[in-house]
Amino acid sequence: MPESEPEVSGVDIELTDVVKRYPGQKKPAVEGLSLHIPAGEIVMFVGPSGCGKTTSLKMINRLIEPTSGSIRIGGEDVSRSDDDDLRRRIGYVIQGGSLFPHMTVTQNIALVPGLLGWDKRRTAERVDELLELVGLDPNRYRGRYPRELSGGQQQRVGVARGLAADPPVILMDEPFGAVDPITRQRLQDELLSIQEELRKTIVCVTHDFDEAVKLGDRILILTEGANIAQYDTPEAILANPADRFVADFVGAGAALKQLTLSRVSEIELGQPTVAEIGDPAPDVLRAAKAAGDDSVVVLDGRRRPVDWMWTVDLSDVDNVPAPHEDTDLVTIDRRATLNDALDTMLMSSHGSAVVTGRRDEYLGVVDFQAVLARIQDGNGQPEAEVAQ
Amino acid sequence: MWDYITERNSQLLYQSYQHLSLVIQCVLLATVIAVGLAVVVHRNPRIASLAGAVSAVGLTIPSFALLGLMIPVAGIGTATSVVAVTFYACLPILRNAVVGLAGVDSTLIESARGMGMGAVRTLFRIELPLAWPVILAGVRVSAQMSMGIAAIAAYVLGPGLGSFIFTGLTQIGGKNALNSALVGTIGVVLLALILDAMLLLVGRLTTSRGIRA
Ligand SMILES: Nc1ncnc2c1ncn2[C@@H]1O[C@H](COP(=O)(O)OP(=O)(O)OP(=O)(O)O)[C@@H](O)[C@H]1O
Ligand SMILES: [Mg+2]
Repeated sequence: MPESEPEVSGVDIELTDVVKRYPGQKKPAVEGLSLHIPAGEIVMFVGPSGCGKTTSLKMINRLIEPTSGSIRIGGEDVSRSDDDDLRRRIGYVIQGGSLFPHMTVTQNIALVPGLLGWDKRRTAERVDELLELVGLDPNRYRGRYPRELSGGQQQRVGVARGLAADPPVILMDEPFGAVDPITRQRLQDELLSIQEELRKTIVCVTHDFDEAVKLGDRILILTEGANIAQYDTPEAILANPADRFVADFVGAGAALKQLTLSRVSEIELGQPTVAEIGDPAPDVLRAAKAAGDDSVVVLDGRRRPVDWMWTVDLSDVDNVPAPHEDTDLVTIDRRATLNDALDTMLMSSHGSAVVTGRRDEYLGVVDFQAVLARIQDGNGQPEAEVAQ
Repeated sequence: MWDYITERNSQLLYQSYQHLSLVIQCVLLATVIAVGLAVVVHRNPRIASLAGAVSAVGLTIPSFALLGLMIPVAGIGTATSVVAVTFYACLPILRNAVVGLAGVDSTLIESARGMGMGAVRTLFRIELPLAWPVILAGVRVSAQMSMGIAAIAAYVLGPGLGSFIFTGLTQIGGKNALNSALVGTIGVVLLALILDAMLLLVGRLTTSRGIRA
């Protein structure tokens, strides 16, 4: 799908010899971190527990004041600006979304725009726009309280809140740590497609190395005291771990982790027969028969997949029905990794999965054969890229 | 007793109104003072245990004794009643407000600060609203207690139904003594129930639906 490359709206971040010594501790938590984070990229911080990831992250928005060293965002020294003012220009998303329970979804998202003095109209429009962006129907969700949302939905609202005032930089601390693996995968895919549109500078802490590989343009691997073990692209780290520590951290099955590097979008998708809700069933059956398909993907008016029906179920109805509750439709985003795709396919009775693109629009289906073919002809390719 | 009530209908209503109004004003004042103190205490953890101790000990001072001690200082009259009732009213609210503020999830506060809300904004828009149900529970306890203490305060000639009780008790054996004491006591209980119902309503109106039990 040809899409013009969106403009980078992020700015770069530069850390120089940043040290943080908590009072009463002999060794600093951060012993001298120097780091350049390029504009418009996602940089993932990983490392063992207590190595200083969170401390390093929070020094960027001055929730923690560095003991020494300097941090510049877009060339501007953060210690020079008023801290509240600075933080309104930096999105902050933490585990579980951390929504304020006494405020509605709208009130939560509208907080920073409110602090910045946006007028009501503009804020209301922005809230709806963001809810759409994170895949929540504004009419259904804007008036809800956090306790009326699932964990994944709360996390989505948390991301929307972080994006609310369109900050160039977003800091995330284990944003998807509190949700189940399937929801986490969806949220990761959504973040990637949002980032594709917005091109922010995102700094994200995680302790899940696979998540770092999937989301990161670059990965920063830290050891005790926030010392850099390796700072590079996921491909380079998987192919050439800098030392034993990194190799151990990357863990066994580095080759299999390459699956996390390939996206569903790189695979040629199957195009089975599709139908819209309400289409005359005989026409659909004829088309399926001509194509040799024993099932059809059902789309709604906005081309979003809603069901995946066997043709036998269509033979005794007049029109394609709206989906019933227990539809066995499983969808994955085109930004999902092959790893995720395999996972998802295993849950589907069709042995394949429906792939969606921007805003859940239908793109095609992916099956085991396609993934296997991709693994076979993609073998060794990432290494080759790094070696050049 | 019915005759006793109908005879003094207007006086009773007036004293009931005075009693209720004294309690409401004192509890309002106490809420402001106690929440203010709780905020200070919350920010300085070192005095938190001190505040706990003060409010525990404070509640054990017999109200009669406190009133007696205050008469030489504040004189006889409404002012003394107000000070005494407010003092007692503060204690349960202070205790609950400290507990309520401490119970606010610290990651929420950090989130608020991380989004660029200042300390004062965070207090008024996040911490107090979240602690409010607990504070309000303290206000209800305080209101019940103040009803009784206001009755005793009538001893120093403050307004309220306490005067009926004390008239009754001092003239024990007299013609209307029992009626007087009973009417005063039942009146106080009724007022307490009315005020509690009012506070429940206030609670519903002022607590966000997102954190209501
Ligand atoms: N407020 C604090 N006061 C004192 N020491 C602290 C404080 N916060 C963190 N530390 C210490 O600093 C070190 C780094 O902590 P930090 O929270 O940055 O680790 P992390 O990499 O985010 O770990 P995790 O993966 O467990 O979240 C740890 O040794 C921790 O004990
Ligand atoms: Mg951490």
